[in-house]
Amino acid sequence: MAFFYVNKIHLAGLAACVPANTLSNHQYEWLTERERSLLIKTTGIEYRRVASGNCCASDLCHAAAEQLITALNWQKSEIGLLIFVSQTPDYITPCTAVILQERLGLPATCLAFDINLGCSAYVYGLSVAGSMLANMPGKKGLLLVGDALSKFISEKDKSVAPLFSDAGTATALDYQPLAQPMCFNLQSDGKGYNAIMIQDGGGRHPFNAHSLEETEREKGIIRSNAQMQLNGTEVFNFGLREVAPNIEMLLQEMGKTTTNFDYFVFHQANLLMNERIRNKLQLEKEKVPYSLKNYGNTSSATIPLTMVTELRAELKNRPLSLLLSGFGVGLSWGSAAINTQPMVCLPVIEI
Amino acid sequence: MDKDLFLQHIRDQFEETDPALITFDTIFKQLEEWSSMHALLLIALIDAEYNVPFTGEDLQKCLTVEDLYNTIKSRVG
Repeated sequence: MAFFYVNKIHLAGLAACVPANTLSNHQYEWLTERERSLLIKTTGIEYRRVASGNCCASDLCHAAAEQLITALNWQKSEIGLLIFVSQTPDYITPCTAVILQERLGLPATCLAFDINLGCSAYVYGLSVAGSMLANMPGKKGLLLVGDALSKFISEKDKSVAPLFSDAGTATALDYQPLAQPMCFNLQSDGKGYNAIMIQDGGGRHPFNAHSLEETEREKGIIRSNAQMQLNGTEVFNFGLREVAPNIEMLLQEMGKTTTNFDYFVFHQANLLMNERIRNKLQLEKEKVPYSLKNYGNTSSATIPLTMVTELRAELKNRPLSLLLSGFGVGLSWGSAAINTQPMVCLPVIEI
Repeated sequence: MDKDLFLQHIRDQFEETDPALITFDTIFKQLEEWSSMHALLLIALIDAEYNVPFTGEDLQKCLTVEDLYNTIKSRVG
């Protein structure tokens, strides 16, 4: 396991952007009415946001970042770091962060690169951005985290389509000598690399004449090899097995208990899994916010999106002690303990 | 491991099925109500009540409720 601390970096602001286009699982036509109601009850997901037309994850992050920079009154010349964490970049190459650097009008002195992670994206992204900024005195950083997985999902795949949703987020990070350290516990297990994957289109399985052929893999699962596949039971078992111990190890390392935290913000996988994790850690319901009902599983964006939709008033007005935990595709998972001071937190942006 | 309580737990996962139709001999995947969501519900139930690992592969190997009971019992010890 990898424990480490990031010192002297704090969250200055937070924004999230979702597509205005909303689909309802109550109308999801590839399930019977009985299956639909069981799905909604089990996953907790009623609505999902689907990017229309040419809108990419980068566009959602761009809108969030522009508004956040304006609200913070930051000078763009001060921004020295931009990291984009996503599984749905604009192109295989070049990286999307550089495109965003130019679109945001950031100077060429700003370093920009992508990280390819999904459910664990925010925790990993915070650790990388924070570590780098801690050694870049005088510079500010943008952590842009989001996905538009709808572009890579078959609507006719009942094991995937009703779960996922699109969102992009922006987190503003700043050097602050008095900031309390952020503490991380990050883990990986590539044995489960194919539990969540898009098979075709990379170097291992190049895009080919058959990549777009939709076939029925199991009853109710019709998709192509260029679309996302999900082994629901394997991911579910992984979540039950790994998440609580990862958090308990972090708490032990820090000499803290769950009572030391105001909120536990989990990756929004599905209600059944998240509630099992909550029960294992014996956390009160009030301490575990959910955005699943209205925004579904937005992959990399779930943690910052939940902070914006569920904790905005408190993030703006009082210091909070937060435990963040992301887990999924990779398999990759990790937790972070952070303390926030009153920050700029914008209402959810729709485009 | 209480066998009657186990059966009750399984029956609770199928809200639309007459409990009397679910016995130890029932091939649960053939219940009219069965869906892939029930696989997750069963795994969550086993995790919550018995705290033993139970994978998708394990579930594939189990045909009847009795099979489920025996697999879990062997792990609870």
